[in-house]
Amino acid sequence: MTDGLLRVVTAGSVDDGKSTLVGRLLYDSRVVMVDQLSALEEASERLGYDGAELALLTDGLRAEREQGITIDVAYRYFATAHRSFVMADTPGHVQYTRNMVTGASTADVAVVLVDARAGVLEQTRRHLAVAALLRVGHIVLAVNKMDLVDFSEERFDELAETASEVLARLEFSPRSPISSRHTHLTAVPVVATDGDNVVSRSERMPWYAGIPLLELLESIPVSRVDSVAGRFPVQLVIRPRTAGYRDFRGYAGRVAAGSLRLGDQVTVLPSGRTSTITAVETADGELKEAELDRSVVLRLADDLDIARGDVIAGPGDGPAVTRSIVATLCWLAEEPLSAERSYRIRHSTRDVRGTVKVLDRLNVSTLDSSPADSLALNDLGRVSLSTTEPLVVDRYAESPRTGSLVLVDELTGATLAAGMVVDILADSS
Amino acid sequence: MTTSALPAIAPSAAIRALEDEALHILREVAGSFERPVLLFSGGKDSVVLLHLASKAFWPGRIPFPVMHVDTGHNFPEVLTYRDEAVARYGVRLVVASVPEAIAAGRVREIPGQSRNRLQTVPLLDGIAAHRFDAVLGGARRDEEKARAKERIFSVRDEHGQWDPRNQRPELWDLYNGRHRPGEHVRVFPLSNWTELDVWHYIVAEDIALPSIYFAHERPVMRRDGMLIAVTEHTPAEPGERVWTESVRYRTVGDATCTAAVRSTAVAPESVVTEIAATRITERGETRADDRTGDSAMEDRKREGYF
Repeated sequence: MTDGLLRVVTAGSVDDGKSTLVGRLLYDSRVVMVDQLSALEEASERLGYDGAELALLTDGLRAEREQGITIDVAYRYFATAHRSFVMADTPGHVQYTRNMVTGASTADVAVVLVDARAGVLEQTRRHLAVAALLRVGHIVLAVNKMDLVDFSEERFDELAETASEVLARLEFSPRSPISSRHTHLTAVPVVATDGDNVVSRSERMPWYAGIPLLELLESIPVSRVDSVAGRFPVQLVIRPRTAGYRDFRGYAGRVAAGSLRLGDQVTVLPSGRTSTITAVETADGELKEAELDRSVVLRLADDLDIARGDVIAGPGDGPAVTRSIVATLCWLAEEPLSAERSYRIRHSTRDVRGTVKVLDRLNVSTLDSSPADSLALNDLGRVSLSTTEPLVVDRYAESPRTGSLVLVDELTGATLAAGMVVDILADSS
Repeated sequence: MTTSALPAIAPSAAIRALEDEALHILREVAGSFERPVLLFSGGKDSVVLLHLASKAFWPGRIPFPVMHVDTGHNFPEVLTYRDEAVARYGVRLVVASVPEAIAAGRVREIPGQSRNRLQTVPLLDGIAAHRFDAVLGGARRDEEKARAKERIFSVRDEHGQWDPRNQRPELWDLYNGRHRPGEHVRVFPLSNWTELDVWHYIVAEDIALPSIYFAHERPVMRRDGMLIAVTEHTPAEPGERVWTESVRYRTVGDATCTAAVRSTAVAPESVVTEIAATRITERGETRADDRTGDSAMEDRKREGYF
């Protein structure tokens, strides 16, 4: 195993052949089972396709199969000798940004498809922008349908160069919501329908010096961007009150950034009280250290008033405690953002109320931001957010888990927007 | 089953990551809902889920009951196992009964058909009667293509129905469980696990399972290409060939629609080896209920099924 589990998001415009590519990956890496294959052949014939239509492997809903389109994010699982993969396959039509943001929020790698004939479209720019915004560490540009451009090396180089320029502009523009260079880009020329450079090297493109897509996915290192000390949002207080554990008081949670060690001096926020970690517990025994992503129970030397929503922060720079932040929002709902309303804000283990004011909106074609007063479906823009209770936050660039939030409709409970903290303002109250 | 198609790797790092994710989800449920319940059938996925719940709240107790939707067509080994497990983990058992729903006229049994689909009504009745607001299930996205579209927190409307075209986007690990009165949220902590992950975990954690998951001899017959055990619920038809075979079950559901597979695996480790080598999915091989059509699972899920 290289790094255990690699989470991949795939994105492309309509008809780029993305479902076919994912189907091809599953098919050629022999993940597709015999019964799925015979069901696939049967369905392909019934729907009038010429041969087995690989896209039908991933289009799981009836409406998707009937219309020949992908509607919703589908998750696929496969393992090779080197790695296990979770692949979020995100559709390219109406709710494109919504689906891409959803898939990218948990991804280590983004595979962005382009049709070699169509080139880098507005939607491709949007996909690159979303991947860069969400700080997905590695983008693979899969240039598909190379057979339809006569396997042209020049065309491939041109598209790889354009994508690279888009990313550079996004990351270096002074008004860009993305403040620093973070994303690596690799381009691969493929023919998803025939399998060229998907699992095995294509003999029709001898000029391509790189490795096939699957090999690339197997070897990409997982990069973690956290640059802050330990962050531990408390989910629950564990007080068993049973024989043997009468005095046990522990704080259950998952390490959201950095790590926390036995003996660490910690600060509990928002109260600001300090204590020392006396035990890092799991059902399997005590640990010396809880690393990023571990679900553990912490015990502290002092009996403090700690509840769900509090954050236990390790030694070093602490998170901010504030009611006022600037965030980049991806608006995911049909109904546009309103400055008149209040929203629920889900952030780490907190759920608070707040109001939102739009500052600007990103024009995905020009990659410039301009002043705006609302955000609609698929829009990306910066907002200022004021909350009724304090949040314990970091900037997303420094700590994605404690720097991300979602906006929720108070009445329906619908998830309206994904947010990434870009700035922390002084708490006015 | 001797050829190896997929490597039978022991992905300890991947399994650890999946466990950490599941513990986090279980704790989010306990921390943000009033009345959660865990669906427990005695099937391997619900067994793993219950085991994870015991770890999530350790050294405390599991802070919610478990519910079994009982079709009345059970494998006796599984019922015995269910009662032992409930006692071992110290959880309260709620039974939602299909035979009672039939007797009360809530559902109508069609002779010769499986009771599988009939489970939906008692399940929803049970959720309403106990006012459960979060219903934890062991469904995995790799099982079936409609399930591949499922969220980890998935809202059901006041009729218990799933609308796959109107699902909430799910971002980072910020699960949104907000719902209106009468609605409830299905929660699937094993969403990202595969069948092989579940078995690797069973081996690593030494989790006990109902005995029918391991090879044993029993009288079987072949129906629709699948091996069906001869039981009181599935008697042999006159003239039907019955023979004794060494089999195990890959899934455990209603006895009338769950098939066995030929196997010599008597221990979890050898089950892992067999599953890593198989070229047929667990539902395709053993679940008659999913063979009724390309959208069989989607249709049942829309109605409120697991």
